[in-house]
Amino acid sequence: MAQITNREIQQAGRLDSAEAFMALRERILAASDPNRTEIIVCHGTGCLANGSVKVAEALQAAVKAADLDIKVTGCHGFCSRGPLVVVRPSGLFYQRVKPADAEDILQSVLEGGQPVERLLYHDPNTDQALPQEKDIPFYSHQMRIVLRNIGKIDPTDIGDTIAHGGYLALAKALYQMSPEQVVAEVERSGLRGRGGAGFPTGRKWKSALAAIKKKGYPAYVVVNGDEGDPGAFMDRTIMEGDPHAVLEGLILGAYALGAHQGFMYVRAEYPVAIKHLNIAMEQARALGLLGQNILGSGFDFDVQINRGAGAFVCGESTALFTSIEGRAGEPKPKYVRSVEEGLWGRPTVLNNVETWANVPQIIEKGGEWYAGLGVPHSTGTKVFSLVGKVNNVGLVEVPMGTPLASIVEDLGGGVPGGAPFKAVQTGGPSGGCLPYDMREVPVDFDSLTRAGSMMGSGGMIVMDKRDCVVDVARYFLRFLEEESCGKCIPCRLGLTRMREILDGFSQGIGSEKDIDDLVSLAAAIQDGALCALGGSAPNPVLTTLQYFKDEYLAHIKDKRCPAGVCKDLISYSIDPDKCTGCMTCARQCPQKAIAGEKKKPHVINQELCIRCGICMESCKFGAVNVA
Amino acid sequence: MINMVIDGRQVQAQTGWTVLETARQNGIHIPTLCHHEAVEPSGACRLCVVEIGDETWSKIVISCMYPVAEGLNVKTDSPRVKNVRRWILEMLLAQCPASPEIRALAAEYGVQTTRFVNHDPNEQCILCGLCVRVCKEVVGVSAISTIGRGVHKKIGSPYGVVSDACVACGSCVTVCPTGAMSARLDAIRGVHAGREAGKGGK
Ligand SMILES: Cc1cc2nc3c(=O)[nH]c(=O)nc-3n(C[C@H](O)[C@H](O)[C@H](O)COP(=O)(O)O)c2cc1C
Ligand code: SF4
Ligand code: SF4
Ligand code: FES
Ligand code: FES
Repeated sequence: MAQITNREIQQAGRLDSAEAFMALRERILAASDPNRTEIIVCHGTGCLANGSVKVAEALQAAVKAADLDIKVTGCHGFCSRGPLVVVRPSGLFYQRVKPADAEDILQSVLEGGQPVERLLYHDPNTDQALPQEKDIPFYSHQMRIVLRNIGKIDPTDIGDTIAHGGYLALAKALYQMSPEQVVAEVERSGLRGRGGAGFPTGRKWKSALAAIKKKGYPAYVVVNGDEGDPGAFMDRTIMEGDPHAVLEGLILGAYALGAHQGFMYVRAEYPVAIKHLNIAMEQARALGLLGQNILGSGFDFDVQINRGAGAFVCGESTALFTSIEGRAGEPKPKYVRSVEEGLWGRPTVLNNVETWANVPQIIEKGGEWYAGLGVPHSTGTKVFSLVGKVNNVGLVEVPMGTPLASIVEDLGGGVPGGAPFKAVQTGGPSGGCLPYDMREVPVDFDSLTRAGSMMGSGGMIVMDKRDCVVDVARYFLRFLEEESCGKCIPCRLGLTRMREILDGFSQGIGSEKDIDDLVSLAAAIQDGALCALGGSAPNPVLTTLQYFKDEYLAHIKDKRCPAGVCKDLISYSIDPDKCTGCMTCARQCPQKAIAGEKKKPHVINQELCIRCGICMESCKFGAVNVA
Repeated sequence: MINMVIDGRQVQAQTGWTVLETARQNGIHIPTLCHHEAVEPSGACRLCVVEIGDETWSKIVISCMYPVAEGLNVKTDSPRVKNVRRWILEMLLAQCPASPEIRALAAEYGVQTTRFVNHDPNEQCILCGLCVRVCKEVVGVSAISTIGRGVHKKIGSPYGVVSDACVACGSCVTVCPTGAMSARLDAIRGVHAGREAGKGGK
């Protein structure tokens, strides 16, 4: 942690050369003691929600004059265990910390005593305590490139960022590389867009260069921070936890493309991200890393933040541009690429938050280094948000090509209770649903596409045997139906019509012809929709049909929902051998549908039952069954 | 002059033309709903889809906006094109059963019935947006707009308030491909409401 305060750094004023920047960096490093103890309190959204502010306050109050620092950082990824506290440099990892634990933590740190046992992570299988962060499987299987500084740096402190390598790439590029060399380095890295389509970033930049030359206008560079997939928080974590990485990537892109104006389009529901990006921009401007004559190189560039308009479709490139231009964010048909005609008809390079955040390290360490990570056509790492029926809900970064099972089982700790997972939805609401049989599929752009799914922006939803694929497909379809902008007919009418067919299936109404119609209508929507929202919306239906057709047939032929989810096809019953007559379920049932005497087996009145499942959850003896 | 192929026929186009213009110049019919020479294309109805490419690679594009290019190979009636058209028409049939124009168009492409339930037997509007565009771009008064978004989208007066900007030129009724506009113009202008309330209130 920088012992030079932010104020002192800002007093350095606008740096006018790479040497001046390196000198400042040396000063920051010299003033900081790598062995000084830091107690880090995660202030990501998850830990904040679990009370990490109070934890930090309690630590601060208890620390008094002790020779250590309390630091708050962005999300560490292991949100399901929050609030998290990590002691550095020792690497001690504490989970579910409460303000009352502050004294014990400090005591153990200051007196060099035993770690606070009750706050340690325990391996769920062996119950062995794993005190060190680096030994916990959730972390040991990761490769953190984009997330490398998140959880280490104070995102509102540019000095801390610089101490951890921030802006080294910019200083290098401005003085040692031509813009064309920067583009070439990105191309060599093999980096592909992290926002969904996986378009090669270097190639996009190169065609932008050609368009700029042809048209004679400077380009715009734009960050897509609209992240709208339900359950996804990769981009939020990056913008909140390491805003300078996004900014530095954007400045590098601007230098490469000769852009003087950039835009960050950030989802309006991300106030902390917007705040941290604003602070980062202000600090970078004060140091001459942004604005006119950056680091004395003669290159001018500035950025503004635009708040997202609140619709999922605004993340789509043409809708995003119309939204920045001040009109309703609706997609436009495009047969001219946005690198030629984007914002206000000018050449524009739009990249995702994570894409931009990769750029500084590619420039610093070289495209070749990056190309050596991951697999040949999907290089580098990818950040995934792991949610659903998985023990370790959170955010992880792994090399491209890591097998699906490794992510879900090694990092994610598998399904609670130990059963195998049933399926994993990759690629967000318009991605695909891959079954357990496909667990060895390498998670990279092309392998996922071949399997019928997609990388998308990196959402992963784990499902177990209590998830019904018909219900899951309906859920995603309903989400996209609500998010359709309504401009084109295939999407506006088609998604509703597909959902209606699925509604029927969930009630046991339907035939094999309906399945054929569903597939044929899906193809018409994929081909006919104006933008990729409609174009990819049928994916969850198509992949669940591909991999779980039997489950669909069980609904429409046997009028049965094997997962016990679709309300019209299930019934609850009480096993008289297991029922102890404790009466808990009878008391909880909102319909008063359960009758029975104390200590005698109870019975459910099917006429009254609304199949809410409360009885099943409330029974301590596992006596309630669903079929 | 640009040389290209439509449905196996060698045709010529001028730089800047769309595939639709080229087809029409050459007497090849492609159905359209949201296209009109007088206004900017919007690509909303998707009925004008065609397939471009060859056996190894092809994709579906909309002919009303796709620019011609030397050597382009276009199919207006391939199985993929027919599938898109069929489902659009089948859905429109359920959406606007009150429109004789839509019924006739669907019948022309072999769609006589629909598998979908109808939610409003009086509906005629397909939300092609031609009325909105002609009012804004040609008449220049923007008395009509879409209200709401997504599946809840409707044609009405801006913000749902009776519009006194309308100059009663009737352009919207003329361009409307379904007859829906003549049924709703009064509501937009507030003729009934206006008369009853004495002035242009809601
Ligand atoms: C409906 C829809 C929503 C999208 N939302 C996002 C988003 O939130 N963030 C994002 O980076 N890309 C999103 N995209 C993809 C963008 O259109 C675009 O491809 C991407 O920002 C390009 O950046 P990349 O090459 O770095 O991935 C979306 C696409 C569609 C069709
Ligand atoms: S596909 Fe859906 S979201 Fe995209 S333009 Fe059409 S209606 Fe709008
Ligand atoms: S009223 Fe007519 S012109 Fe206007 S959107 Fe509806 S169908 Fe199109
Ligand atoms: S918010 Fe603390 S680990 Fe994610
Ligand atoms: S006529 Fe081309 S999309 Fe409507």
